[in-house]
Amino acid sequence: MMNDIPAGLYVHVPFCRTKCPYCDFYSLTDLTTAAAFADDIRSEAELYRRDFREFDSLYLGGGTPSVLPAGKIARITGILRELFSLSESSEITIEVNPDDVTKDKLEEYKDAGFNRISVGVQSFVGGELEILGRRHDARRAERALQLIREEGFTNFGLDLIYGYQGQTRESWLFSLETALRFSPRHLSCYQLTLSDSTPLGGKRSLLRPVIFEEEKQRSFFLETSRLLTDRGYIHYEVSNYAREEKYIAVHNSRYWRHLPYLGLGPAAHSFRGGRRWWNLSSLRLYRESLREKKRPLRGEEELDRGRLLLEELMLGFRTREGVPLTLIREIGGGEEVLNGLLEEKLVVVNAGRAAPTREGFLLADKIPLRFNWGEKNGRGG
Amino acid sequence: MARIRNFSITAHIDHGKSTLADRLIQYAGLVDEREFHDQILDNMDIERERGITIKSQTVCLPYTSRSGEEYILNLIDTPGHVDFSYEVSRALASCEGILLLVDASQGVEAQTQANLYLALEHDLAIIPVINKIDLPAADIERTREMIEAELGLDPEKAILCSAKEGKGIEDIFEAITREIPAPSGRVEAPLRALIFDAQYDSFRGAIISCRIFDGRVRPGDMIRLFSLGTVHKVEEVGVFRLRREKRKELGAGEVGYIIAGVKTVSDTRVGDTIVLEEDSKALPLPGFKEVKPVVFSSIYPINSDDNASLADALERYKLNDAALTYQRDSSAALGQGFRCGFLGLLHLEVFQERLEREFNQAIIMTSPSVRYKFVLAGGKEVTVENPEYYPDPALIEYALEPYIRATILVPDRYMGAVMTLCLGRRGTNSHFNYITRGRMEINFDMPLAEIIHDFYDKLKTITQGYGSFDYDLLDYRRDNLVKVDILVNGEVVDALATIAHVDRARPRAKEICDRLRKEIPRHMFKIAIQGAVGGKIIARSTISALRKDVTAKCYGGDITRKRKLLEKQAKGKKRMKMIGKVMIPQSAFVAVLKSDDE
Ligand SMILES: Nc1nc2c(ncn2[C@@H]2O[C@H](COP(=O)(O)OP(=O)(O)O)[C@@H](O)[C@H]2O)c(=O)[nH]1
Ligand code: SF4
Repeated sequence: MMNDIPAGLYVHVPFCRTKCPYCDFYSLTDLTTAAAFADDIRSEAELYRRDFREFDSLYLGGGTPSVLPAGKIARITGILRELFSLSESSEITIEVNPDDVTKDKLEEYKDAGFNRISVGVQSFVGGELEILGRRHDARRAERALQLIREEGFTNFGLDLIYGYQGQTRESWLFSLETALRFSPRHLSCYQLTLSDSTPLGGKRSLLRPVIFEEEKQRSFFLETSRLLTDRGYIHYEVSNYAREEKYIAVHNSRYWRHLPYLGLGPAAHSFRGGRRWWNLSSLRLYRESLREKKRPLRGEEELDRGRLLLEELMLGFRTREGVPLTLIREIGGGEEVLNGLLEEKLVVVNAGRAAPTREGFLLADKIPLRFNWGEKNGRGG
Repeated sequence: MARIRNFSITAHIDHGKSTLADRLIQYAGLVDEREFHDQILDNMDIERERGITIKSQTVCLPYTSRSGEEYILNLIDTPGHVDFSYEVSRALASCEGILLLVDASQGVEAQTQANLYLALEHDLAIIPVINKIDLPAADIERTREMIEAELGLDPEKAILCSAKEGKGIEDIFEAITREIPAPSGRVEAPLRALIFDAQYDSFRGAIISCRIFDGRVRPGDMIRLFSLGTVHKVEEVGVFRLRREKRKELGAGEVGYIIAGVKTVSDTRVGDTIVLEEDSKALPLPGFKEVKPVVFSSIYPINSDDNASLADALERYKLNDAALTYQRDSSAALGQGFRCGFLGLLHLEVFQERLEREFNQAIIMTSPSVRYKFVLAGGKEVTVENPEYYPDPALIEYALEPYIRATILVPDRYMGAVMTLCLGRRGTNSHFNYITRGRMEINFDMPLAEIIHDFYDKLKTITQGYGSFDYDLLDYRRDNLVKVDILVNGEVVDALATIAHVDRARPRAKEICDRLRKEIPRHMFKIAIQGAVGGKIIARSTISALRKDVTAKCYGGDITRKRKLLEKQAKGKKRMKMIGKVMIPQSAFVAVLKSDDE
């Protein structure tokens, strides 16, 4: 039964000390009510106790969870453990900002059971951090990583951003090499994307970084993938690399595999059994709803077979796992499209699955469109 | 008959013709205030959006004059575009006078003048009406001066009016009764009625609009359509009062409709004369001509499964559009379709829009062509209006293409620009003539092919709307023609081929290549677009390969958004045609037709 599969648990902490000009995650810089957030999570989690029992991954993201005052992270995990069961072997991740990393905080996280840390480094070059509007400086990031290692966290990873003007091939390689010095178990290398809904979008666009043109984006992507693969990393998703199989992000992989997850906190998304729902993107409305003991939903959708199939293609071709051939054969003309993709060297077939090549990763958003997922093969309905 | 007046309203576009017509109808008491707002004369959406009237509608207005006499005023609406100039001429031939409407804030414009000339040609009484006097920008004195200087009409006779506010409407009615002569004609003579329009009604067939010149017609009469020779029994006659109103008979001088079991509009001819069957010596009214399509284009359903539904739609369309011709056609690239003939480019555009909107057909239309003639070795002559049937060049002795005589009226300050335009379109045999001070008539002989694309739009642009244009078909002339093929990724797309004059082949090919480059989305591979004549490449453009299309992040919150985007893109893909490995959007086929600086 659906409900018996352990799910992933995500908590969206909607606070940041400053807002980065490219970011469209929901977060507030007014931290006055941050201390009360643990109580919000309790109220919301209680509303899901009947539907979700068991989890085998927990991810505290945001926003910036590390801005929460001392003790609050431990409170949140305490509450979640009290209301749900979190299996022994769970991957428990927290996202931190280098600025917030202190010995005390790390100890709090360790005690709270966190076994994985993701550090929002973005760059090791001072000028680039400025372009990106990040508050920490480059030295601070190195010290944070140092501390994390010293505190005995082996499974940590970091995020880097590339592909914007002001960055050069050399400066990017410098950031990558600096990161590698710390032997992170996980690396996320994101091409900078600017969505129109970013807080500084539109009128103050001068403050926003400018992204590379296509060919340059390509060459940075390919070079990054080659370099990290050479250094022993597994390029397992468009933007994600793991040092070994066992360091592939368990929680995030749920998103790409259509496995169930429950998201708590404003703007968090949840998914189970073909249904997806998401929370209000306003802390105020979210809290009002909780006060009335109502789930703070903003929207939901039921995915029919066609949509599930489309998502499976869309998500599958973003990962090294790819898409099962059985699924492709379900689609009218699927085999033919696959042959085309093989010929163009965008995918390879391995162990009954079609997986994207490096070039395939680069065109991952186009590949699903090649299939006529609306048309089933042979049988109707 | 003495109390009947038949008239039209003519005006430059937007000077208020429809608004005034609505007012007259309201004043005559045919509608109340509420109905007034949802009733209008030209009631097709497309027409309203384009501000032109294509199908005429007629309305019979009762009016009691100030002196207490009762009149019947027949307002005959006219289409407002050069494609339909023959229909306009037949509507005017059914009138004795016109209201020549002039916007008080704009003054006399090109179409005002062209309308005046048409009216003079038909020897009609002309009542100048100065409209929109309510506007702060209205300059009545200046408008009066222009009416005198540019139209040569008596400005004292001009009626001041605000169609919007309903001012001056009674004055207009009075002027109609006073200035426009009553129709003449002999009721006792044998029937002669002029067909100026026909509409299709799904229950009654063709509803023929006509003006009775002589005699009378009653239900039960056996009538003959003169040029077709077909005989029908009259079922009903009447007049239009927004709805049809039955009458016992229509007599000389009257305007109304006849229902006579004529199946479709195509079984009638605008301009034809209706006579009594028994009247074997009857002579037709002057001015009949068979309108022939001059512009041809093929249409294909976007989804080839929809061929049957397209055939059905065409059949229904044809019921109400006698000028449209069509026959089956096929293309290697686009599959089964139809070759259609139109009176002009506007006729074509209206057809395309109505087919999509009212008949729900998603179609691709090919570049329009005129009908060429080729004289082959051995003297055999073939006509070709579809580039696909272009004869083997080795066999062509010489080619002939249709020419027109263009008449352009413009203020003389635009003369240079008009000359340049016409010479660039292979205009010859030019002729210039001052018609009034500051205003010129310019004539050119031009290949019809040069005006069917965008000539009229261009002319309007370069003359800031002051240029009016009309043409008459002349004859066929020898020209050096070639067939331009378009290749997409090495494959000839037959539906994109055109026939062009040898000197114009290269620029035309280049233009098509460039347009296609803008319209065809990037693919995962590079796409070459080439123009070729006889296998030789004369123009090319390239669409670079799409080399990167992936979003960096796709976590919980991104998935729905991303999927919706894909669903939208997939919908767009449905509206594209696969040519080899390349998806060509419908818009690309359309873009090829458009003028370059849009
Ligand atoms: N102010 C004012 N506007 C008018 C008058 N008559 C027409 N209009 C406006 O002028 C525009 C064009 O009128 P319409 O009747 O559609 O012109 P047509 O293209 O000649 O049929 C519309 O926006 C009308 O509302 C008038 O007497 N006064
Ligand atoms: S990028 Fe991270 S730190 Fe910056 S505003 Fe967004 S959530 Fe906050």
